[in-house]
Amino acid sequence: MEALSQFFAVYGSLFNFIGINALLALSLYLTLAAGQLSLGSAAFAGIGGYTAGILTMKLMVPFPLAVAAGSVLAGAVGLVIGLPVLRLRGVFLAIATLSFGEVVRIVVLNLDITGGAQGLVGIPAITTTSGIYLSLAVAAYAIARLRYSRIGWCFESIREDETAAAALGINTTYYKTLSFVLGAVLAGFAGALYAHLNYIITPREFGFSVAVDLLIYNIVGGIRVWYGPVLGAALLTALPEILRGTGVAAGPVRMAINGLILLLVILFLPNGLASIFMRIGKGRAKAAAHAIPEEV
Amino acid sequence: MLLQVNDVTRTFGGVKALDGVCLSIAKGEVHGLIGPNGAGKTTLINVLSGVMPATSGEVVLDGSPVQTLPAYKLAARGLARTFQNIRLFPAMTCLENVIAGQYLVAPRPFFPRFFCLPMAWRQEKEHRSQAMDCLARVGLASRADFPAGALSYGERRRLEIARALASRPRLLLLDEPVAGMRQKGVQQVGGLIRSLAAEGMTILLIEHNMSFVMELCATITVLNFGRTLTTGNPDAVSRHPEVIEAYLGASEDHA
Amino acid sequence: MDLLAQQLINGLFIGSVYGLFAVGYTLVFGVLDILNLAHAAVFTLGGLLAVWLVEAAGLSLWLAFPVSVFCCGLLGLLLDRVAFAPLRQRADSNFSGLISSIAMAIIFESAALGLFGARTVRFPAHTISVHIWRWGGISITSLQVEIVAVAILLMVALTQFLNRARVGKAIRAVAENDRTARLLGIHVDGIIAFTFFISSALGGAAGILFGLYFDSLSPDMGRSIELKGLAVIILGGMGSIPGAILGGLAFGLSEVLTVALTGTSNLRDAVAFTVLFTVLILRPAGLLGRKKMREA
Ligand SMILES: Nc1ncnc2c1ncn2[C@@H]1O[C@H](COP(=O)(O)OP(=O)(O)OP(=O)(O)O)[C@@H](O)[C@H]1O
Ligand SMILES: [Mg+2]
Repeated sequence: MEALSQFFAVYGSLFNFIGINALLALSLYLTLAAGQLSLGSAAFAGIGGYTAGILTMKLMVPFPLAVAAGSVLAGAVGLVIGLPVLRLRGVFLAIATLSFGEVVRIVVLNLDITGGAQGLVGIPAITTTSGIYLSLAVAAYAIARLRYSRIGWCFESIREDETAAAALGINTTYYKTLSFVLGAVLAGFAGALYAHLNYIITPREFGFSVAVDLLIYNIVGGIRVWYGPVLGAALLTALPEILRGTGVAAGPVRMAINGLILLLVILFLPNGLASIFMRIGKGRAKAAAHAIPEEV
Repeated sequence: MLLQVNDVTRTFGGVKALDGVCLSIAKGEVHGLIGPNGAGKTTLINVLSGVMPATSGEVVLDGSPVQTLPAYKLAARGLARTFQNIRLFPAMTCLENVIAGQYLVAPRPFFPRFFCLPMAWRQEKEHRSQAMDCLARVGLASRADFPAGALSYGERRRLEIARALASRPRLLLLDEPVAGMRQKGVQQVGGLIRSLAAEGMTILLIEHNMSFVMELCATITVLNFGRTLTTGNPDAVSRHPEVIEAYLGASEDHA
Repeated sequence: MDLLAQQLINGLFIGSVYGLFAVGYTLVFGVLDILNLAHAAVFTLGGLLAVWLVEAAGLSLWLAFPVSVFCCGLLGLLLDRVAFAPLRQRADSNFSGLISSIAMAIIFESAALGLFGARTVRFPAHTISVHIWRWGGISITSLQVEIVAVAILLMVALTQFLNRARVGKAIRAVAENDRTARLLGIHVDGIIAFTFFISSALGGAAGILFGLYFDSLSPDMGRSIELKGLAVIILGGMGSIPGAILGGLAFGLSEVLTVALTGTSNLRDAVAFTVLFTVLILRPAGLLGRKKMREA
């Protein structure tokens, strides 16, 4: 018991960060699942975080209500942004969402109510580790279930081939927007939890490099299955601690290892680390598949 | 008439891919659409299925004009198609491709799944067995768990038909369903089309394989340079002097 | 009035550096349809390497410049070999290429950190002699003139090269349609590698000029120009060289004008990214770009 509480005293905040990052990674996963490359998740998290933080801190709104408000506002902004932006494809969508994220960051930086560059200071620290992990469990479970519901099949079809999906009767605009909005809501939710973790949030915590980090979690973990992003977020968030444990100093080497992991995964495991687990199940069918003779 | 195409034109820049095409298909008919390469057959199917809009003209499905509807709404009205250049979902298995094709007929709601209601499980089982039936119809039951990307060319074409059938369409548009297939596959698809027709499905069939079309279709429309050359029964069409000239002129030897 | 004129001139100077950076960026996109997010890291390495060559190796700037630029070209070759060539046959090479370029960006940035340290550096005081010309309230330094001259010289040289030289024409052919180019007997892989060489060399040159202009270089100096570069190439139309040059100038001007008009530098980037966002939604092909880009 003593040892356990000791452990949590040292690593508690790391566990919190893993949980939050996993939630954020899942929010991006929802959008990636429909084939839409977004770099806006961090900004949606910022919208949720600042909204909830301002509500609890300045207006004394109860925590659950503030979190809900943050998620809803993020989702509403996602809807307004998503409708025009989702006509773009691939990197153009990525750049549009990225510039949206930059605008959000700069707006937050220049408003009084958000505390500008110093950040929003004095947010009550209400979020608990169990709260984070309960949310993560529910979100992951819901996303796993979503995969085999109609919405999940639509996302999957659109990612594979938008034209063919439309020919099957799928309203692609609707489902792409849905994936974007669901992602924004979850990101807003995670941002709201994050805001109530450490008394303070700053605009930098929701900037471009965070958006890229979330993408990296998804790629390293894998975007074919719900536990991919969770795995990626857990591994890469814990990596600095693991490396410190093994004596690798902070700085260039750790950073290089991050880059190398990403490079190796994209080169050799295009479906991410999760595909190692998926292989065990599907290995036989795949092995047999390669034995099919060409008909023509 | 189930489908009526009135004076449809489609241009790409300066090219008139369709130039005043007229066509009508009766319920339950297997209608052939032939013509030399570049005649506009695929473009017509693209316009009919809402993949691209017509530049002008009218398309009437079951009595109401549909030329302005997007692809997904046309699908909801009972239209399904295959693609000449095969557009499967390669990362899914064969069964999953067909399941994706069930979008219009299988609701698969989220909340019963979320709460693990037995009803969700029962329905899923039923939908899956229907999907398996579709696979079996095109002779791919044994391939159910193979990734679609790993199939042979002919199998992919048949899987695409199975995916189109999954939505139980009234009107099926097939763009060269036996192109590049061996004799055995051709016969299999021929049998499939016949049995679908016997069940009352209406089919528009594009093919270069002339004997295949002649055998299956009661009526054939010939396109050339985006225009309707003639429409008639196989016998009349094959004797039509302009048709013979169009094919010889384009030095076609598929016939 | 003089102040405004001075600002406009400054905008042109910095805009020409942005333009040079963006030209390399857009060149790779035009040929490969891939966004090379490691471009900014090469830019950083180019600047830092030149400082090191001048400071530690004692070269004159006129020697350090070409040496560093050549080394950056080699980095470009490395990028192509490691991050892009292995993915070229993949169906989603646009997406995976983007990811692997992020990985290379992290690795290059960590290399910059490891080799040159985290501190901010500058070229030694007497690297280059500076005259100042004044007209009324306007002043122009010889350094600024030299920077613009070099930037314009390089951009003109590139344009001429693409239009006249055989290799340049081959690059354009590959950009147009690589399959046709292959049929014409063009060694496509070699051309792509060469394109990376040129692109990265130009990126490195931009880094050196940037460092001279602002008199300060640090391992994270690529961060801000990375996003600005994106804005510039979207504005100019992805893949368009003249578009990148004009976009760079326009961007430089818009920055200084926003500062001049609002009196604060906080909104500088907000205007730029709002413009970028709007252009993407209204005219995804950019101002001078080709049509097909929404599909890419
Ligand atoms: N998306 C497009 N953009 C530009 N031109 C097109 C497009 N699609 C078709 N075309 C042109 O329209 C004309 C008709 O093409 P279409 O594909 O409909 O012919 P087809 O009858 O299906 O030929 P095939 O038997 O070779 O499949 C051709 O000249 C073609 O080049
Ligand atoms: Mg065709």
